[in-house]
Amino acid sequence: MKLGNAQVEQKIVFFFLFLSTLIILIPVILVLIVIISRGSSVLNWAFLTAMPRMGMRSGGIFPTIVGTFYLVAGTLVFALPIGIFSAIYLSEYSKRNLLTRIIELAIVNLAGVPSVVYGLFGLGLFVVFLKFGASILAGSLTLAVMVLPVIITASREALQSVPRSFREVSYSLGATKWQTIRYAVLPHALPGILTGTILSVSRAAGETAPILFTVAAFYLPRLPQSIFDQAMALPYHLYVLSTQVPNVRLELQYGTALVLVGLIVIANLVAVIIRSYFRAKKQW
Amino acid sequence: MVDVAEKIQVKNLTVTYAGIPALRSANFSVYENEILGIIGPANSGKTTCLRTLNRLNDLDPRYRFEGEVLIDGKDIYRRWNVFELRKKVGMVFALPTPLPISIFENLAYGPRRDGVHSRKRLQEIVEQSLKSAFLWDEVKDRLHESAMKLSGGQQQRLCIARTLALEPEVILFDEPCSGLDPISTAKIEDAMRELKRRYTLILVTNNTKQAARVSDRVAFFLMGELVEIDQTQKIFTVPKDGRTEGYISGRYG
Repeated sequence: MKLGNAQVEQKIVFFFLFLSTLIILIPVILVLIVIISRGSSVLNWAFLTAMPRMGMRSGGIFPTIVGTFYLVAGTLVFALPIGIFSAIYLSEYSKRNLLTRIIELAIVNLAGVPSVVYGLFGLGLFVVFLKFGASILAGSLTLAVMVLPVIITASREALQSVPRSFREVSYSLGATKWQTIRYAVLPHALPGILTGTILSVSRAAGETAPILFTVAAFYLPRLPQSIFDQAMALPYHLYVLSTQVPNVRLELQYGTALVLVGLIVIANLVAVIIRSYFRAKKQW
Repeated sequence: MVDVAEKIQVKNLTVTYAGIPALRSANFSVYENEILGIIGPANSGKTTCLRTLNRLNDLDPRYRFEGEVLIDGKDIYRRWNVFELRKKVGMVFALPTPLPISIFENLAYGPRRDGVHSRKRLQEIVEQSLKSAFLWDEVKDRLHESAMKLSGGQQQRLCIARTLALEPEVILFDEPCSGLDPISTAKIEDAMRELKRRYTLILVTNNTKQAARVSDRVAFFLMGELVEIDQTQKIFTVPKDGRTEGYISGRYG
């Protein structure tokens, strides 16, 4: 059988498309293999729930997990309401004018600001100017500012994907604009908003630069007692173990990395499950 | 027609979208408890006219409006509160538009937003509205299932019932049977004939035969102009305007 030129060409194109897909898989798989094979040996219940000992060369990483958890919770508290409210305003209320366009441009640009710049910004504003000191409060606020543009963008997309007909039906039944948003739009946009929020916050949980100057502690002998305390955090602890403390066993570093990656994978899985659950239920 | 009350009076109604005229100085009245059919080809201004009556056009920022529309003798822009107006003037859209919530919640949507929260009262409203839309017997055992599971015809009757739940006085139908099979269409038409005892209905339709079947009077729109409005029988047998005759005999449209 003789193949025409067009068929040969399409076989070549398919081959390169497939090859590219394979290539992006390789680093992902390698990262997981390396971290799991080197880190899983230290992973046990005590590692997750014990305090570090002997200058962090042995013992567990409990305070870093707690610290990261506090930071994620704090980020959500600040970023979620502000993000959703401003997305509702931009998507439902704002008129197409210069101010709106400037705000939109600002959001796009905020999303592109390097995370270390957020760290310096948080240091200047929250730690020094507002006198929060290096604290969970300052770190959460810094991370919140960083994830806001992502949450706003995801929420706007979720709101705008709710069909126009839902709004028209609601108005035609005598509902006000706010009632329409609250009862006919928001419930159907919420899964998308939640998914976007979880993904962005899980990204923030792994960031080192924004928490470097605003909250992260090198080592603390006890757990933080209030939002004005410093805290240890997983990504910064990993950095400390890898570069700042001599003679740390490699297993300990990879074990810490494994916990960090594991937590983020779990968060992303939750987001994927929420999304697929509501996508199956969605019927428009 | 002296003793018949004029429910809606449209005077010199001109509508533009972004400066492009959609309707040019239309004048007509709708009488209480009649079905007024509105026919005409695409872009003739039928739907524009309909959506002006419940001020749904207000949602489009390009929409401009001149003239006067009176409902119960009151100007809809000056003397009606827009939310009260929309409760009094219900609308059924071209495609069935159930919200993706339960049948019960679809029916309760309007009353709830209107401040009705008593479970018992809502149940009464839901049952009564579904009965009036001839849907009760088909759904009474599954009120809490998603409305999206109903067939197209059932969904459209659900939308009629949802409108009835607000106890309107006028119901606007915007090509309500365009996506339905003949049997579902017949059920909707039966429901409309029954509903006109209590309500005033306006039916925009692309199907001239449907207008002939259910309307008491018919208005023919062409390119934003109200060409003719008269008794259904006269429109379909002795139309005054040649363009009307041309449209209903299928010469264009």
